[in-house]
Amino acid sequence: MKFLETLINGFSIGGIYAMIALGYTMVYGIAKMLNFAHGDIIMVGAYVIILFLPINPVVAIIAAVVLCALLGISIEKIAYKPLRGASPLAVLITAIGVSYLLQSLAQIIAGPNPKLNNLFEKLFPKFLETHRGGIITIGSFNIKLSTIITLACVAVVMVGLTLFVKRTKTGRAMVAVSEDKGAAQLMGVNVNSIIMITFAIGSALAALASTLMMLDGQKFAVDMGSLPGIKAFTAAVIGGIGSIPGAMLGGIVLGLVECFAQMAGFGEYTVAIEFSILIIVLLVKPTGILGKKRREKV
Amino acid sequence: MKFVKHYLSYIVIGALAVIISAVGAAGGIPGTFSALLEQSVIAIILAVSLNMVVGFLGELSLGHAGFMCIGAYVGGKLAVLLSSSLGGTNIVTVILALIVGGLCAGICGFIVGLPALRLRGDYLAIVTLAFGEIVKNIFENSEFFGGQTGLKTPEFTTQRSTRFVLFLIGAVIVLLTLFVIQNIIRSKHGRAITAIRDNEIAARATGINVTKYKLMGFIVSAVFAGLAGVLYSYSQQSLQAKTFDYNYSIEILVIVVLGGMTVNGSIVSAVLITALNNILQTNLGGSFAVAKDLIYAVVLILLVIYRNAPALKSFREKYNLANLWKRLVKPKHDPSRVGDDSVRWDVVPTKISMDEVLSTDVVIDTTGDNSADIGERGGNK
Repeated sequence: MKFLETLINGFSIGGIYAMIALGYTMVYGIAKMLNFAHGDIIMVGAYVIILFLPINPVVAIIAAVVLCALLGISIEKIAYKPLRGASPLAVLITAIGVSYLLQSLAQIIAGPNPKLNNLFEKLFPKFLETHRGGIITIGSFNIKLSTIITLACVAVVMVGLTLFVKRTKTGRAMVAVSEDKGAAQLMGVNVNSIIMITFAIGSALAALASTLMMLDGQKFAVDMGSLPGIKAFTAAVIGGIGSIPGAMLGGIVLGLVECFAQMAGFGEYTVAIEFSILIIVLLVKPTGILGKKRREKV
Repeated sequence: MKFVKHYLSYIVIGALAVIISAVGAAGGIPGTFSALLEQSVIAIILAVSLNMVVGFLGELSLGHAGFMCIGAYVGGKLAVLLSSSLGGTNIVTVILALIVGGLCAGICGFIVGLPALRLRGDYLAIVTLAFGEIVKNIFENSEFFGGQTGLKTPEFTTQRSTRFVLFLIGAVIVLLTLFVIQNIIRSKHGRAITAIRDNEIAARATGINVTKYKLMGFIVSAVFAGLAGVLYSYSQQSLQAKTFDYNYSIEILVIVVLGGMTVNGSIVSAVLITALNNILQTNLGGSFAVAKDLIYAVVLILLVIYRNAPALKSFREKYNLANLWKRLVKPKHDPSRVGDDSVRWDVVPTKISMDEVLSTDVVIDTTGDNSADIGERGGNK
């Protein structure tokens, strides 16, 4: 039973990582840059939820998703667009600057102290009356309602995103831009708007991930996005950055590793274990598990 | 003049070190100021060594604080172990700690660099970031190194007349850092390293062993970060692994980028930012720390966009300080006026800037004092 619980927890944590990793990997595939500010968008999403929670929990979640998508677009327009065509190092440093900016702004606005959230209590007040702590017990098997919601949400997002990319015109334009920007432009794809849509989707997914984290009882803190951000980033690289199924796979692998390491009693060293896996994967297969090898041209 | 320009940084730092040490020996440096001096020295070493990777190798390392952490913990632990036999702040202990700390950081640089440097750009940034987190995580949880409570390290006396010794040691290491890094950059190895930065494929095609030189730059950078870590462990009463996080690496990166990714620029910006931080923090209190980060972030973004945006290229060239200086002080060099006035064919601007070379040939042609030279250059036409 312990094993099954750990497995399910691993899938749910991994699902959250996968959701964040999708944002990294889509932006990398299309804009060819590592969006370091992605982790901080999670934090902004959480703050928006806390701000709007007194009004209505559903409104708060929608507001977080919409505002984060807008934030993603404006970051791209202000900070990254002027640097399109500049050296990758410059873009990377700017992305780090944006991440730094969001964190310090949040510290000024929200203060340094962590804030509790009651998203779960607000959303499911009746369920909590019958089930203490939001836990469903079947025999000796315990599962949190938030875990079930997370798993369902992640599954819907993954299927939806895959269908979006494969079936819709915009999705296929995205694939085309990531394959060859110039050729896509010649075929009549508006590269600028595709990049904008990518940032919007990635940031909206980050907001959704922060909703799931809040649902699980995570406190709001200024740096709450950095570690999940870095881990999701690791997941994206493990799965093969630029590949959407790769990000899903990498996220789930990372979540399982984290939960089983905790079960085995290496709780303190999870960070070290996860990043060691990253280094090993990069050593064995530098493009990640599902990444495609690109030939370098002079 | 060339000598002064070449060794400017050594002369300035050496002179400052001597003056400050003399004042320090007389007991004229207050405690807060000596802390600032130590911090600046550490920041200089970190910035110059990170610049080796970012500025010269053209790779982004986000794990510089990790190497510093290794140096600090290993050196600090050695000093603690030796404090009963030799004395924690004995000069022999300090030198041993520096050597061992620097070596350990260098070995870690080798271990991380060997796989990581075969990867390109973005991946290296990720691996160094991961490395920094691993190091922090291990030291945070290792009982041998103090665990969560931190490692208590021997500290230099807080007496005014002897505290400056730590600064002096730091200044010597700064000079050593400059000596090693400047000499590597000015040697054939350094040319190889900058060639890799400018175009890796072309460098590989000319027979440069890319992995070897990348690794070399990376290890040198790691060793000096380790030395800075040992100095840091001596300047603090106890070490906390939390200090050496991702944000610390970024802070060093900010210094290097603001310094324009050059050695002298890194030194100046390291001193300026450390001083600014320190002065403003003591005067304005904790609330300032937040506003400071905001300002750094905005300055970093604007500076990088200004310096790199393709759309601003013509603007940059027009209002560049160096170009402005040239236009104001030096009259424009007009190749058509060098020789005969009748030779005016090259006033029409061409895309290829060969006109200068060609007109020089024409000048030699008209005077005709060196026929062998003409023959040689004629081939190029």
